[in-house]
Amino acid sequence: MAEVPGSARVVVIGAGIVGNSLVHHLARLGWRDIVQIDKGALPNPGGSTGHASNFIFPVDHSREITDLTLDSVRQYKEMDVFTQSGGYEIARTEERMEELRRRMSSARAWGIEAELVGPEHVKEKIPFIETDDIVGAFWTPSVGVVDSLRAGTIMREKALELGALTVVPNVEVTDLVVTDGRISAVETSGGTIEAETVVVACGVWSPRIAKMAGAAIPLTPAVHQMISVGPIPQLAERPGEISFPIVRDMDTFCYERQHGADMEVGSYAHRAILHEPDEIPSIDQAKLSPTEMPFTQEDFDPQLEQAFELMPDALGADGAEIRYAINGLLSLTPDGAPILGETSEVKGLWSAAAVWIKEGPGVGRAVAEWMTHGSSEIDVHHSDIARFYPHQRTRSHVKARTSEAFIKTYGIVHPGEQWEGERGKRLAPMHTRQTEQGARFFETVGWERPHWYDGNEALLGEYGDRVMPREHEWDSRWWSPIINAEHLAMRERAGIVDLTAFAIFDVVGPRAMDAVQRIVVAQADVAPGKVIYTPVIDERGGFKSDLTVMRLAHDHYRVVTGGAHGMADKKWFADRMPADGGAAVVDVTSAYSTIGLWGPKARDILGRLTDDDISDGGFGFLSCRNIEVGNLGVLASRISYVGELGWELYVPMEEGARLWSLLHEAGEPDGAVPVGIGVYGTTGRIEKGYRAFGFELDAERSIVEASMQRPKVKQADFIGREAYVKQREEEPKTVLCTMTVDDHTSASGMKRYMLGGEPVLTGDGGTLTDGHGHHPYVTSAGSAPTLGKHVLMAYLPPDQATLGNQLAVSYMEELYPVTVESVDSTPLLDPDNARIR
Amino acid sequence: MVDVLVCVKRVPDSSGQVLLTDDAQAVDARYVGSTLSEHENCAVELAAQLVEADGGTVSLVSIGAAETVEQLRSALAVGAGAATLVETDLRDFGPSDIAHEIAEVVRAHAEAGRTHDLVLLGNDAADTGDFQVPVRLAHALGRPVVTGIRTVSIQDGRAIAHGDAPDGGRETFDLPLPAVVAVSEGGVSPRYPTIKGRMGAKKVEIEMRQPSRAPVGSGRVRLTLPPPTPSSVQVLGEGPEAAPAVVDLFQSLGVLR
Repeated sequence: MAEVPGSARVVVIGAGIVGNSLVHHLARLGWRDIVQIDKGALPNPGGSTGHASNFIFPVDHSREITDLTLDSVRQYKEMDVFTQSGGYEIARTEERMEELRRRMSSARAWGIEAELVGPEHVKEKIPFIETDDIVGAFWTPSVGVVDSLRAGTIMREKALELGALTVVPNVEVTDLVVTDGRISAVETSGGTIEAETVVVACGVWSPRIAKMAGAAIPLTPAVHQMISVGPIPQLAERPGEISFPIVRDMDTFCYERQHGADMEVGSYAHRAILHEPDEIPSIDQAKLSPTEMPFTQEDFDPQLEQAFELMPDALGADGAEIRYAINGLLSLTPDGAPILGETSEVKGLWSAAAVWIKEGPGVGRAVAEWMTHGSSEIDVHHSDIARFYPHQRTRSHVKARTSEAFIKTYGIVHPGEQWEGERGKRLAPMHTRQTEQGARFFETVGWERPHWYDGNEALLGEYGDRVMPREHEWDSRWWSPIINAEHLAMRERAGIVDLTAFAIFDVVGPRAMDAVQRIVVAQADVAPGKVIYTPVIDERGGFKSDLTVMRLAHDHYRVVTGGAHGMADKKWFADRMPADGGAAVVDVTSAYSTIGLWGPKARDILGRLTDDDISDGGFGFLSCRNIEVGNLGVLASRISYVGELGWELYVPMEEGARLWSLLHEAGEPDGAVPVGIGVYGTTGRIEKGYRAFGFELDAERSIVEASMQRPKVKQADFIGREAYVKQREEEPKTVLCTMTVDDHTSASGMKRYMLGGEPVLTGDGGTLTDGHGHHPYVTSAGSAPTLGKHVLMAYLPPDQATLGNQLAVSYMEELYPVTVESVDSTPLLDPDNARIR
Repeated sequence: MVDVLVCVKRVPDSSGQVLLTDDAQAVDARYVGSTLSEHENCAVELAAQLVEADGGTVSLVSIGAAETVEQLRSALAVGAGAATLVETDLRDFGPSDIAHEIAEVVRAHAEAGRTHDLVLLGNDAADTGDFQVPVRLAHALGRPVVTGIRTVSIQDGRAIAHGDAPDGGRETFDLPLPAVVAVSEGGVSPRYPTIKGRMGAKKVEIEMRQPSRAPVGSGRVRLTLPPPTPSSVQVLGEGPEAAPAVVDLFQSLGVLR
C-alpha cells in the first residue's frame, strides 16, 4: 500500500465519484504529483457513492445541472459503465401533468429526446405496473444506470497510468494547515503532505474537513431512505442488471428501480432527517458503512403501501422480501446546487461537494478545467462556492433551507416560488415604511426586497387592461398586475426603487486604476466622477458578470453589482488585485443603502430636494457626484437599468429610511410611486433589451453573441481581451434576439403567458439549432406594459435572427406565434434613448 | 396447534463497534440503530415455523421503552400475530424483575384464556448479557426449561428441543408443555419481511401494559466493554493465483462445500 508522500502539487481528499473524476481530469489536463487520500478502503471507501442508486434522469429545469449530467453520461458511456433502461416520471394528477408539460419544455430546450405518453405506454414496457391511478407519464428513453464504483476505479487507473497520481486509502485527515491565508499542508494519520492546492471532495464530510482550515462548505448530510425487495420472478426472468424502465412516481415522491432480481424503492417523501457532519459514525462504528445509517422503518411505511399499490404483482411476489433497507446519507445544500470552486476564506482550498452520481464526472471535468484554466467549458456559476454570504454559511441556515426543500425533491416548484423559512434576515433601512406601503417581499440572498406594493393597487383602476392581467393561475402565481401598473406609473411619472440589496465593493490604492482596467472590458481610465457600465469576462471571453463601476477618485473605484452574484464578483476582483499590494478590495455592501429614482418627473422631484445642478448639462448621463439632498449627503449616479431619466442615490445605511421619506414627500406632487423589483428586474429592463447576468449572460455567452460590443476594443490589456478580439472577428454562432408574442390564446381559449425557459421553435414547431449545437430557449420573459406586449429574449441561430421573422414558442406543449423584433441590443422602447436624457 | 410466546428485547445492533452511553448504563445505538438479537430473531423464526407446521399462534412480549414498538412490528412482519409491550425505562430492571414481569404477562394472558404453551426467549441479551431471564422465568412459572437450543419441534403435545452439547455433540431434550426454551442462534435462518408482512404488521394493535411493580431485584452498577479483540489480516495472495487459497478458506468457513 502506498505511503503518504511528504508533498504534492495537489491533494484531493476523497475517493468517491467526485474525487475520482477530478484526479482523472486533472491528470488529463497535465497535472502531475497528484495525491488522493481517503479514510476508507477502495473501491468503496464508505461515502455516499457506495450506496447510490446510480440512476440518471437527464432532464432538469436547470441548464447547468442538465449540461453537467449530459457530460457525465457521455463519460460513463466512454467508460462502458452505462446501461440504458429508459425512465418514466409518472403523474397521478392533472397538476402533475402540467408540470410534466413544463418538463417537456426543458427537454426540448436542452435537446433531450422525451415524450409525454399515456398509461398504456407504461404498461407495455412494465407489465407488472398498475396504471389505474396514472394520468400520464414523461418518457425519457435515454435514462439509464451506471456503475459509479467501477467508473471511479477506471478514472483513478487512468491517472495512475499517466504517472500523475498517488492514491493512499485508509488515511484520515487530522488537520489542514493554513499559512497567511493560503493552504499549505494536509496533516493525516499517515503523515503530513505539504501542498498549495487542496480539494475537499468528501461529500457529507466536507464541512468537517473544510472547517479544519476555517472555511465553510455549507451542506448537510441528509437521509434518503431506500429499500431493496427481492427476488422478484418478473425481474429475474430477464438477464442483466436492468431491463425494465425506471419509474419515478412523482406524486408519491418515490422511485422504483430494478437491480437484477431486486426492486429498489427509494423515497423523498419522509420528513427531512438531517445529520451533523461531526456525528457521522467512523468506519469501525458503522453497521454497514458510515453513510448507510440505521433504517427508520416508520418513516418509510407510507411509501411502502404506495409502492405496493403501484406494483403489487412484483413487490408482492412469493419470496420477495425486504432484504436491505438503509437511511442513506447524501449531501443537501441551502439552494440545491453543488458547492464548487475555491473557498472564499482560504486560497488554494477548493470544494467539489454536494454532487450527485448523475453529475459526478461532469463536475470532475469542470472543476479540473477551472483549476487549470480559471474557467470551465460548462458554466457552473450557480454552483460557485463564492456565492454564499456569511449568513448563508451558518449551520442554522443550511438546516432550515434544506428541511424546507427536501419535500420539493420531486415537488412542483414554480420558478418564482419563495421560501417560507429563513426570512426577514437582511432588512433595508426603509423596511418598516415599505411594510406600511403594502410591500410584497421576495427574498434574494437574505435581503427582503419589495417585489410590488399592494398600496399601489389603486393604479389598477387607473390603467385598466394596460396592466395585462393574466388569467391562468400558474402564469400569475408569484406575480401581480400591480407590477405592470407600477411600471406604467414610472414611465409616465416617476418610480422610487429600493436597491439596498446591491453588493458594493471599493477598489482602493495607488494602483486601483491598473487593477480595474485589467478586470473590466470597458475603458476604466476615465476621469473621477465617471460611471462605467461594463462586462467582466474570463480568459475564454465568457461573461463573469456585468456591473457598474464609479470612479470616485484617482485611487478609488466603487463597484456596484447585483446582490445575488455579488460575493462571486467580489472574489473575482479580489483574486486579481496586484501582487504588490498596490490595490485592495473593500466590501462596503453593508455601509450603503441605494435608492433609484427614475421617470420623466425624476429631475423635478430631485430638484425639490437639492440646490445642486442636476440639469443634463450639469449632471450628464454616466456621471456621479456627491450632492445634498435635503439634509443628507448623497452620492448620486446618473444611470438607469429601466430606461428612464434618473439616478441611483447612495446614502449611509442608517440614512436610507430618511432618504426614502424625502423622495416620497418630494414625489407626491408628481404622483411618484414606490416601484418594486418586478419592474426593476423584469418589465423595465426587458422593454429596453437590457441583458441580465444569469439569464442572458453567463460564461458560455460572449459579448458579441449578446450584441454588447462597443465600436472599439480598448488598447489596455484586460482579462479575456485576446478571446474577445477573436470573437469580434468571427461570425457569431448565435445571436441574442428580442421577440414579442403575437397571440396568447391557448387551445382552451385562455390566454397564456410564458415565464422563461421555454423552447423557441420554427413557426410549425420544428427544432432550431445554433452554431454551438444548442437549441434556443427563452432566457427572460416578461410584460412590456408600455408596448402592450409580452416580450421574450432568446439566443437564435444567426440565420433566424432577422427582423420580422415569424417563429413559435412552446408553452405547456402548445405553440404560440412570436415575431423577432430586435436582433441586437436595440431596445423595443425608445430606441434612441431619448427618455434617459 | 401451539400457542407460542416469544420474548424479545430492543437492543443496539452490535455488528459495528460497540459504544456505551456516557453513564455506562446502556449500549449506545446512535450509529447502529436498534434491532433484535440474532438469538431472538431465530426464536421468532422457530415460532413461525412451528405454527406453519402445526397451526397455532405466535405472540410477542417485550419490556422496554415506547420505541420498542418498532422491534415488535419488525417481528410481527415475519410471522407473529400479536404483541404485548410492558412500557418502562429498562435501565432499572435487572433479570429477576424482567422475569417477574414476563411471568405476570403469561399469567394475565392465561386468565384471559390465552395459554402460552411454549415460551421462547433468546439465550442471553445482546447488550447486557445476563444469561438469567429464561431460568428465572421458568422458576416463576413453575415450568421446565432448557437453554442453548437451536431447533424445536412439537410432537404429541411435547416439545422436542435440540442443542449443541459442550463436547461438540448434539443434545436432544424432551419437555412436557407448557415449557420455557432459551434459543441460541444458528438453528434456523430468520426470514426477511415481505412488503405485505410489513403492511400487515403495521395494522396490529399492540397491547400496552405497565410494570406490575417497582423493580426489587439487584440493580446494575455499570456496563463495561471487553478489551477489543485484536484483528489480524492475512493476505492470501494476489491475482488469480490466490483463487485456490480463497476456495480453501471458504470451504473451511462452510460457505462453499
